[in-house]
Amino acid sequence: MTTPNPFTRREFLKSGLVLASAAASVPSFINSSALAMSRAAMGLTSIPGVPEDHILVVVQLSGGNDGLNTVIPFGMGDYYKARPNIGIPEKDVLKLSGADGIGLHPQLAPLHDLYDDGILAVVQGVGYPNPNRSHFKSMDIWQTADLGATGDGWLGRYFDAECCGYGKGESGTPEATSADTKPQAGGPPGIAVGRTAPLAMEGRKIKPVAFESAELFKWSGADIHKTLRAPYEALNNRTQGEGPAARKGSNAEFLLRTALDAQVSSDLIRKAVAKKPQTAFPNSEIGRQLGMVASMIRAGLKTRVYYVTHGSFDTHSAQGGAQGRHGQLLNQFAQAAKAFYTDLKAQGNDGRVLTMSFSEFGRRVAQNRSQGTDHGTAAPMFVMGPMVKKGVIGDHPSLRDLDEGDLKYKLDFRGVYAGILEGWLKADSKAILEGSFKPVQVTSAKA
Amino acid sequence: MTRLLQPEPTTTGPEPAVTADPPTSDGPVPAPSDEIEPSLRPILKKDFGYEQARHLLWRAGFGGSEQQIRLLASWGPEKAVDYLLNVDKVSYPWPEPDAFDKNIMHPPTAEEREMYRRAQRAQDEDTLAELRAERQRREQEDRRQMRDLQKWWLKRMIETPRPLEEKMTLFWHGLLATNYRTIENSYHMFQQNQLYRKHALGSYADLLKGLIRDPAMLAYLNNNQSKKEKPNENLAREIMELFSLGVGNYTEHDIKEGARALTGYTFEDDGFVFEKKNHDNGVKSILSNTGAFDGDDFVKIILAQSACPKYITRKLYSFFVADVPPDERGGDKELPPAQRQVLRQLASSFGQSGYQIKPLLRKLFLSQHFYEARFLNDQIKSPVMVAVGAVRSLNAPVRDLTILADALDLMGQNVFYPPSVKGWDGGRSWINTSTLFVRQNTLAFLLTGKKPQGYDSSADTQKYDVTKLLDNADGDSLIAKGDVEAVADAIQRLTLGWSPKAGRDALIEFAKSNGGKLDDRVLMGMLLLVTAMPEYQLC
Repeated sequence: MTTPNPFTRREFLKSGLVLASAAASVPSFINSSALAMSRAAMGLTSIPGVPEDHILVVVQLSGGNDGLNTVIPFGMGDYYKARPNIGIPEKDVLKLSGADGIGLHPQLAPLHDLYDDGILAVVQGVGYPNPNRSHFKSMDIWQTADLGATGDGWLGRYFDAECCGYGKGESGTPEATSADTKPQAGGPPGIAVGRTAPLAMEGRKIKPVAFESAELFKWSGADIHKTLRAPYEALNNRTQGEGPAARKGSNAEFLLRTALDAQVSSDLIRKAVAKKPQTAFPNSEIGRQLGMVASMIRAGLKTRVYYVTHGSFDTHSAQGGAQGRHGQLLNQFAQAAKAFYTDLKAQGNDGRVLTMSFSEFGRRVAQNRSQGTDHGTAAPMFVMGPMVKKGVIGDHPSLRDLDEGDLKYKLDFRGVYAGILEGWLKADSKAILEGSFKPVQVTSAKA
Repeated sequence: MTRLLQPEPTTTGPEPAVTADPPTSDGPVPAPSDEIEPSLRPILKKDFGYEQARHLLWRAGFGGSEQQIRLLASWGPEKAVDYLLNVDKVSYPWPEPDAFDKNIMHPPTAEEREMYRRAQRAQDEDTLAELRAERQRREQEDRRQMRDLQKWWLKRMIETPRPLEEKMTLFWHGLLATNYRTIENSYHMFQQNQLYRKHALGSYADLLKGLIRDPAMLAYLNNNQSKKEKPNENLAREIMELFSLGVGNYTEHDIKEGARALTGYTFEDDGFVFEKKNHDNGVKSILSNTGAFDGDDFVKIILAQSACPKYITRKLYSFFVADVPPDERGGDKELPPAQRQVLRQLASSFGQSGYQIKPLLRKLFLSQHFYEARFLNDQIKSPVMVAVGAVRSLNAPVRDLTILADALDLMGQNVFYPPSVKGWDGGRSWINTSTLFVRQNTLAFLLTGKKPQGYDSSADTQKYDVTKLLDNADGDSLIAKGDVEAVADAIQRLTLGWSPKAGRDALIEFAKSNGGKLDDRVLMGMLLLVTAMPEYQLC
C-alpha cells in the first residue's frame, strides 16, 4: 500500500508556522517550570545510578542495506570480482584513517567528516547465527533481540526494566498493563517518528508514542470548528471522574488518566517540534525526522530513546555504484546525520546523544544479473556521538570464507546492544536481552 | 446497505435440541451438584430497558442505533437475545467462494519446477532471475488481494444484519490467531475466515477438528513440515497452551506425543491432505490415554479434559463480559465468589452440551449477571469496535474503507495480522497516548469526512445527516423539539450509555454559546465532543 507523503515542504512550513505562533504566546517561565515539575514526576529519573540525561537514537535502515557498498573492502580483490558492475572503484572510496583496506561509499562524505572528527565508529560484520533472509522475520529478530523473533521489543524491555523493575512473566516483564505506571509528564520514555511504533519499542508495560507528524498527535476535531477546542480540552483534562470513572481500578478511570497524559505529551511534543532547528536539515524524509528529534531533545523532553526509519534499501536491481539509487539513500542518511550532530552540538547536547544505525540484513556478496543484490547476511553498523570509541570496531568478514555466497558474521548484534545498554544506558543487559552477550565496547571508557 | 433489524424475527422460542459428538472418555465435567447461581437466573422483562438493550447490542454485536436500541428494549430480553443468536433466521447472502482468486499463490506446477531445475543445473541466471521476478510479482498481487480481503471483512462487519456471527468470527480469529505475514497466502486466510464464520455459533468441538485441517493454521504452525521422523511440536503445543487447555493442564510429554499424532496432517494447494507415509502410526500416550492416536483422537482427548470447557468459557466471558484470568489458578481469588460460580456453571453446561456455543451465549446474555451495573460501559472497545461500532450506532457513512483499514492498523488491530499466535492482548493494551488520538480522529473522520493528514486533501463529501440521530421508529424527533438539555442527555445516553455531568455541561455550554439552535453544525459539534471523551472508548 502506498501512503502519500504528507510532508510536502509546503505543508510542513504551514503547520510549523501555526505551531510556532501558539508556542510563542506561552511565557517561557511556564515552559521551564512545567519541565521542572515533570522531571520530578517522571519515573525514569528516580532510579539510582541511571544517568538520566543519556539518550539513544536508533536509525533503522529498512529493506536490507548493502553493507559491502556502504563500508567497502576495497583492499580485498574478491570484492571487485564479485561485483564487476556495481563495485565502487578504489579511487572513489573514502578511506578511513587507521583502517587498512576499507573505506566509506563516496556518498557518505558527511559521515566521513564525522569519522574524522572522532564522533563516528564503524562496527564491522554484525549479524547472528543461522541468518534469516525474510525482511519481516529478520527485522523482528533484530527488534526483539530473539532468534525466534518472538517476545517484546528489546527497547520495550529496557523501558519496562527501568520503570517497573525486571519482574516475572514470560519475557521477564511485569504482567500488569500500563494502568499503574507513573505519569509521563516529561514526555514518554520512547518516541518513534512514523506511522506505527516499531516492535523494538513495545514493552509489556511501557508503550512508545509514535506519530508521523506532530500535527497528527492531536485531536483533529478542533480544526473543524474553533469553539470546539476549549470544551475538548476541559473534557480531556479531568482529574476527577464520575460514575464508573470514580471507581478506582475501573477502565473508565484508566482512560481518564491516559487522556490527561495524552494532552500533556501532545502539548510538549508539539511545542518542541514547533521550534525550528538551529541547523538547516536536508529536505528528505530522514532529514525531517532527525530534525524533529533534535527539536525534541532541545526542548528538554525526558524521552530516553528516539527511533527513526529510512529506506527502502531493498536494491534487487539497478542499485548503482558510486552514483545511483543506493548511493542516493546513503547520501540522504549521511546528510541528515551530520546535520543532526551539528544541531546537537549547537544546542550543547551532542554529548548526551548516542546514535546507532542498523538494517535487518546486508546483501549477498555477488551482484545479481539485474545489477542489484539479493538478501544477504552480516553488515556493518554505525555508532555516532562524541562518546563513541573512535575508529573501526571488529574485523571485516572474509570474502573468501563464505557460507553459500554469504558473509559469515563476526559480531553478534546482541553483543552490540549489550554494549550500548551497559556502556551508555547503564542498564543490565543480561536481564533485558534475556541472555548473556559479551558487550561490544562501542563507547569510550569515560562515557 | 443492509444493517441489523429490518425484518421482524419470524420465530422466537427455545433453542432446538443440540446434537454433537459427546466427548469420548469420562465426560468433561462432573454434573453440577450445586444449585444454580442466583445471578445466572434470567433477567426480568421489567429490568430490561434502554441501557440493557444498548449493552446487549454492543457486547453481542457492534453497537446499535437509537432505533435499534429502542426496538430491542421493547421486545424484552428473550426475543432480543434470540434474535441476535439465531443468525440463520436472518437472511444475508453468504460470500461467494470465488470472491477471491485462489490461484495467485498456487504452488509451482510440474512444468515450472522442471524449468527451475533445468535453469539451476545450467546455471542459467537469466531464467532464474525471471522466475524470481515472476514469484515477486505474484507475492505483490497477493498482498493486494490481502488488502481487499481486509476491506471485505470490514465492510461485512459494518453491513451485516447478523452482527453476532461476525463478532464470533472475530473472536475465533483472535483466539486461534494466524498472521498473513508468515503464511503469505491470502486465499488461505480467506478460507480460515470462512471456517471461523461457519462455526461462529456452532460447536467448538467441530471447529477444533476443522482447525487441524486448515491450511493457514497448518502452515502458520509448521505442521506441513511435521513428519514421522522429525515431528514439529508447534501445532500440538499451541493447541494445548492457547487454543484449548491453558498452561498447566498438560506436560511437555503430552506435546511431544500430540505432535506425533498430528504428523502427516498437511495441505496441498488449498485443501487438507493426510499424508499417510509421513504419519507416525505408533502408540502414543497423551494425557493419560494410550493408543495409536491420530489428529482427531488428539482433539477428542483434549475435548474430554475438564480444563477445556473452563478455558474456552473464560475466553468467551472475557470477550463478552469482563476480563478474567485464563484459569482458576491465575488470580481467581480476586474475583467475587458469585462470579467464580458463574464461570464454573457456564463451563460445566458448555462441556455437557458438547461444546455448543449458542446455548452458552444464550444463558449468558439472558442472565442477570450479564447486566450487572459494574459491567455496563466499562469494557474497552477494540479498534474494530471503535470503527465498526461508530458507523453502526451513529448511522455514519462508511466512507473510505482503505482509510478505516489503515486506522485499525494504527489503533493496533490490523485484522489478519495479529501480532502473534496469542492474538491481541486486548483490554488496556489497546490504549496509549498515541492510539487514543487515532481513536478520536477516526471518529472525526467518520462524522465529518475530513480525511486524516497523509491522504489526498479532497474531503469525503458523503453527507451525514446528524439531525436524524435521535429519531425513534415512529419518526418522532427529539431534536426537532429543540430542548438542548434533553438532547445533550440523549446524545450521551446513546454514545456513552449514561450521561456524565462533565459531558452534559460541556455539550450544553457548546450549544448555547453557538446560538442554542440545534442545527446541523451544533449537533455535529456536540457529537464530535462526546466521541472525543475518554468515556467514549468504553462500551
